[in-house]
Amino acid sequence: MQATAASRDRELCATDSTALRRALARTERRRQLWAFGLTLPLLAFLIVVFVLPIAGMLKLSVENGELVQVMPEAAEALRQWEGGGVPPEPVVAAFARDLQAAAAARTLSPVAQRLNNAHAGDRTLVQGTARRLPENPDGSWRATLAAIDPAWEEPRIWASLKRAAEPWTDLYLLQSLDLQRDIDDQITAGPPERAVYRNVLARTFWISFSVTLFCFVIGYPLAYKLATLPPKIANPLMILVLLPFWTSLLVRSAAWIVVLQREGPINQGLVWLGLIAEPLQLVFNRAGVLIAMTHVMLPFMVLPLVSVMRTIPKSHMQAAIGLGAPPFLAFLKVVLPQTKPGIGAGCLLVFIISIGYYITPALVGGAGDQMISYFVAFFTLQTVNWGMAAALGSILLAATLVLYLVYARLVGLDRLRLG
Amino acid sequence: MSVSLIRIAALAGVALIATSAQARDLTIVSWGGAYQDAQREVFFEPFVAETDIAVTEDSWNGGIGALRARAEGPPSWDLVQVETDELVLGCEEGVLVPLDWETLGKDNFLPPAVHDCGVGNIVWATVLAYDADRFPDDPPTTWADFFDTEAFPGTRALRAGPRQALEFALLGDGVPPGEVYDVLRSPEGVDRAFAKLDSIKDDLIFWEAGAQPPQLLASGEVIMTSAYNGRVTAANESESRNFQIAWPAGFVYQLDSWVILANSDKQDEAMQFIEFWADPARQALLPPHIPYGPTHVDAAAQVDPEVLPDIPSAPQNLPHGLFFDDAFWVDNVEALNERFNAWAGQ
Repeated sequence: MQATAASRDRELCATDSTALRRALARTERRRQLWAFGLTLPLLAFLIVVFVLPIAGMLKLSVENGELVQVMPEAAEALRQWEGGGVPPEPVVAAFARDLQAAAAARTLSPVAQRLNNAHAGDRTLVQGTARRLPENPDGSWRATLAAIDPAWEEPRIWASLKRAAEPWTDLYLLQSLDLQRDIDDQITAGPPERAVYRNVLARTFWISFSVTLFCFVIGYPLAYKLATLPPKIANPLMILVLLPFWTSLLVRSAAWIVVLQREGPINQGLVWLGLIAEPLQLVFNRAGVLIAMTHVMLPFMVLPLVSVMRTIPKSHMQAAIGLGAPPFLAFLKVVLPQTKPGIGAGCLLVFIISIGYYITPALVGGAGDQMISYFVAFFTLQTVNWGMAAALGSILLAATLVLYLVYARLVGLDRLRLG
Repeated sequence: MSVSLIRIAALAGVALIATSAQARDLTIVSWGGAYQDAQREVFFEPFVAETDIAVTEDSWNGGIGALRARAEGPPSWDLVQVETDELVLGCEEGVLVPLDWETLGKDNFLPPAVHDCGVGNIVWATVLAYDADRFPDDPPTTWADFFDTEAFPGTRALRAGPRQALEFALLGDGVPPGEVYDVLRSPEGVDRAFAKLDSIKDDLIFWEAGAQPPQLLASGEVIMTSAYNGRVTAANESESRNFQIAWPAGFVYQLDSWVILANSDKQDEAMQFIEFWADPARQALLPPHIPYGPTHVDAAAQVDPEVLPDIPSAPQNLPHGLFFDDAFWVDNVEALNERFNAWAGQ
């Protein structure tokens, strides 16, 4: 049997080596296809839950279809108009007729909402005007509108309408950066008393950075202890670290309120010890946010660190000490450099997860400690302004990507060890 | 395993076909929980007993998006309890049908309860609350007291965000309830409200969820707070607290409303229920279960005098109330929320 097979192989090899190569290539291709096929479910999953929603969010942040859809003729006329002042009668008439039609079809609501997004009060202006609009103009449409509300004589509302007539808008992205377009279509700073999002973005990154730092300071010695203790002791301790993972975030945050409040155990203990005279304000402010978030995030720092530290042989430390290094120096020179991949991964995990935090700051923070997702939730859940919600999300995404690239350059991505 | 799965799927399919072929009951949708339990006892079950119209219940968490989705496609919800913003937007968009006010009679209801597409069904309020055990002699009685940190030292709390906070700031600054929204509609009025909030900024914290204010009072975190009136009464009953509501200080009240969805094929039955519910004697039975006020003008007089002081639409409380201006807030909430957070972050 073996002999015949071998002789046939030799025969094949001799007669047609290209056929063999082709057969080999075919098998190889089939194997690659099969391997690729195995990743298809993952790929489909990633596209459905990751790529598509992000693309959708980016699109929502610049989408401007309300006026184009509901008032097609008015939108066309406004786009043709070169802008400045109140538009000529045909444009005003096209707008008034579309306003009538939209009011009759009860489709005006999204347009009114869209205009209100750019200027508070325009929702009522548009809805109120639509209710009182006569069938035919009293003289000109311009005079008719002005008689209903003098606001229609202001160039501002028409500039606003012209911008709403374009298929895309930068309104939301600008507003997310405390910017606006003035009446001449120039980008200027928004009203100073409403300038909030740049501060919130900076606050989001600052809180995340502080939490990362605290997690590192607390988590590193803890991880080192866990990695060097015998498993019999280390494993139960590890469970204590993991315990918060198995508790609802809501419960943990609420528990911190109880612990940190004015008449809570920490304040009572400090007063009893005579360290303070008056209870400290530890919750509903920045201190509360940092304490609670550091607690929530700690496992994300400890786990990658422990997994890296366990791979460092004890003999390294012993050798360094044996060669005469004091223990601390031995640690600095021998152990610390080897844990860098774990530090990089832990810090990245904690920072990235912190950036999107919402529930914990909302519960234990004050009004001045809310992070960007608080505002995203406000726009999606309370005012149903998807444009602003998406724009804030997009800006957070962009800022995070930039920070990530800087971080990758500093730490080196190939050196990260996530667990 | 797989055989039994197929069998279950087949059974579920049969059940699905069976239910969709069945005649649909009148479907009433409310907020669920203890509130809907009370509604069931006072309104739903007696209605079924009297009219023989079968009722199915559902509950929801609000949101105009959910209402829009239900109003498209085959009828599923008929009668829904909504908040005012959903009432206003739903009516504008044609999601809701206009009500027949001929039979209900506009004069029979509190003025804010009358709307083209809905009738207000409960009154609830955001009030000034404090722990009476902490103020044995001299409790706060006005919103001016809330903003007076010298006479009443200690931390106080308001709901996070501009809504109600600005109204209370103006009340505390001496603006009469009837003029609060006129003042707020001018830029100077908004400045005035924020200046008032700023005057106690160091002693002010903010709550997010309605469950927090009673907890803040109970733990001594704050000496007084704005709170939903139902939560205050509930804390007194379930935890035997001695929380008090300073009704005469002024409060902001809001309504929920019954509405009928435009695609309902049970509009007559839904209207029949509204007429059944509108009876003042029946409305007066709800407050002993849960301290939300009736909207029929004659109902308050028939409420058990024990619980009457706890409800916003009691004759002794209502004159101090300020009706929450949804039109103002739908227009301005985003701009003022930005301003509020800019102020809070300074």
